[in-house]
Amino acid sequence: MSDVASDAVKVPAPGGLSSAGPAAVVRLAAPWTALAVAFSILPTIFTSGSALTMLSMMGIMIVFALSYNMLLGETGLLSFGHAVYYGLGGFLAVHAMNTVIHDALPVPLLVIPLVGGFSGLLFGIIFGSVSTRRAGTVFAMISLGLGELVASSSLILRGFFGGEEGVSTNRTKLLHVFGLNFGPQIQVYYLIAGWCLLCMVAMYALTRTPFGRMCNAVRDNPERVQFVGYNPRTLRFIAFSLAGLFAGIAGALAAINFELVNSAEVGAGQSGLVLLAAYIGGIGSFMGPVIGAVLVTWLEVMLSDVTDVWQLYFGLLFIGMVMFAPNGIAGLLMMHAPLWQARAYGSMLRLALAYLVALVPALVLLAGLILVIEMTYHLTVKGSEGTTISVFHVALDAASTIPWVAAAVLTFGGFWLFRLTWPVVGAAWHDAFAHGRAK
Amino acid sequence: MIAPAVELIDLRKNFDATQIIRGVSLAVPAGERHAIIGPNGAGKSTLFNLISGRLTPTSGTVQLNGEDVTGLPPHQINRRGLSRSFQVTNIFPRLSVWENVRCAVLWSLGHKYAFWRGIEGLADVRERTETILEAVELTGRRRVQAGVLTYAEQRALEIGITIAGGAGIMLLDEPSAGMSVAEAARAVALIRKVSEGRTLIMIEHDMGVVFDIADRISVLVYGQIIASDVPARIKQDSAVQAAYLGTAP
Repeated sequence: MSDVASDAVKVPAPGGLSSAGPAAVVRLAAPWTALAVAFSILPTIFTSGSALTMLSMMGIMIVFALSYNMLLGETGLLSFGHAVYYGLGGFLAVHAMNTVIHDALPVPLLVIPLVGGFSGLLFGIIFGSVSTRRAGTVFAMISLGLGELVASSSLILRGFFGGEEGVSTNRTKLLHVFGLNFGPQIQVYYLIAGWCLLCMVAMYALTRTPFGRMCNAVRDNPERVQFVGYNPRTLRFIAFSLAGLFAGIAGALAAINFELVNSAEVGAGQSGLVLLAAYIGGIGSFMGPVIGAVLVTWLEVMLSDVTDVWQLYFGLLFIGMVMFAPNGIAGLLMMHAPLWQARAYGSMLRLALAYLVALVPALVLLAGLILVIEMTYHLTVKGSEGTTISVFHVALDAASTIPWVAAAVLTFGGFWLFRLTWPVVGAAWHDAFAHGRAK
Repeated sequence: MIAPAVELIDLRKNFDATQIIRGVSLAVPAGERHAIIGPNGAGKSTLFNLISGRLTPTSGTVQLNGEDVTGLPPHQINRRGLSRSFQVTNIFPRLSVWENVRCAVLWSLGHKYAFWRGIEGLADVRERTETILEAVELTGRRRVQAGVLTYAEQRALEIGITIAGGAGIMLLDEPSAGMSVAEAARAVALIRKVSEGRTLIMIEHDMGVVFDIADRISVLVYGQIIASDVPARIKQDSAVQAAYLGTAP
């Protein structure tokens, strides 16, 4: 997967740069083949219905987050309204499906994502022609405004957006091909997986075109781009339109998955979610948003099951990443790439042990924080329901002293111990890289 | 008769009430190496910004090879065969050296906004990029991120980006600024090499570099050209000595 996860600095191979040989084709195709195999066998490992639903949601989020990163990571455009293209893609896909069902048109469900893609592209072209004239803060503000505009009209134009309950459809009523009716979730999973893979390949390929490289240039230095003959506005506009296309496909996949689209899909919450996913995963590399999409979807589903304030944890994670790992999870992983390339496995093992030593007090600290957050939330917001809560399957009385003392001990003790492990990790890191260089 | 490569006619630029360029007229014939000198604040960089489209003139015209380009955006002027470097290094810091030069090559070879074809397979782009890297002696540093190059290397890359598109007219803004004597000497050799067969206009403070390279020198003082002549006569010009070199007339 290392070829896919190449860093923002695309480094040409030494010597002959020609990539026409069969070896190059294999090298290029191998990670995608591996991914295709992984997508195929995942449902045989995670067989439960809820797992299948989650995998489907991850596939959708991967496409959405990668489309967002075409703006943020590749072109340097910070959008606060990317859900507009996702949501409108979803709405038009749902309407297209209902029209197909109503008129009994010979259109299979498999091609419905194209409707979403065209819708996203169309609205990307319309809104992009306005918003991409400027980059930076101006662009961000316009994207926010357009997002609010569409979100508020979604509540006014009830005929198209279906008001608060949204627009529903029935994915099984379209033309059946290959004997697929898309009733069972497993069939929907494979539809999403297929489209996800297709979009991933397409978006990766885009980064390796003259246009894709100039997007990186415009991100780095829009002024210099002008003096090598390119119009930065045109580059931003094309990037924006194409990002709309892929967001629209993701929206249509969501419409197919849930058989329902409502106004929340075009709203600021969805726009924020994709920003979080891309950023937490890491906007500096292609695989970053993919990692982020998987993690954020998993957290969204799992955390919302166990706690009411899951969004708070989400926000804390985001703040933590911005402060301590601005290159995201992919960035953290890439820091270790030199060790891997130097085959310094011994150093890596010792580093892993050091991480493990630091992880234990970090988890203690985390447990303390969770205890504080949950008890505070319970006392302040849900006080009327009594003071007994269950944290980690342990019943506690949030109004008594002992849990608070325990929380304080865990938090401060955990932090104190965690602090003690930092030099250990630092030394292991230093040794590993000194050793790696010596090799 | 053949039109000059660059012709400025009564060019003026005001910032609010302040006149920065006060009626500059200058014709640089094709193939000439022309230096613009003058004290700090004379408006040299502003003049470059007006020629290259970074700023729009208040009045007057800029012509490239006889074509009026006044008021065109920078990328349009670049496509008409003019490229420039910057006084403050202006590169793509997060891209590798190789990518920096390759980005500067793409448009001139007609690849424009192509998002339907791979960049690695473009043999013409690869060859031109290799040639440029060779010319600016950065071949060994091709894989390094441009932002971490040494200052002199970044200046060389800056010139590499400027010449990459094969533009017939080059504007170099203080190419040897901040360099040691040895580095400046290498820069001079590089400029001499890459400006072969092209029109060069350069702003330069180092008189050694100027007299070494320039066919003709214009002296810009307080937004006006007070003299424009071959180096030997500029040296003896009393107005220049008074205004610029600081010696008594």
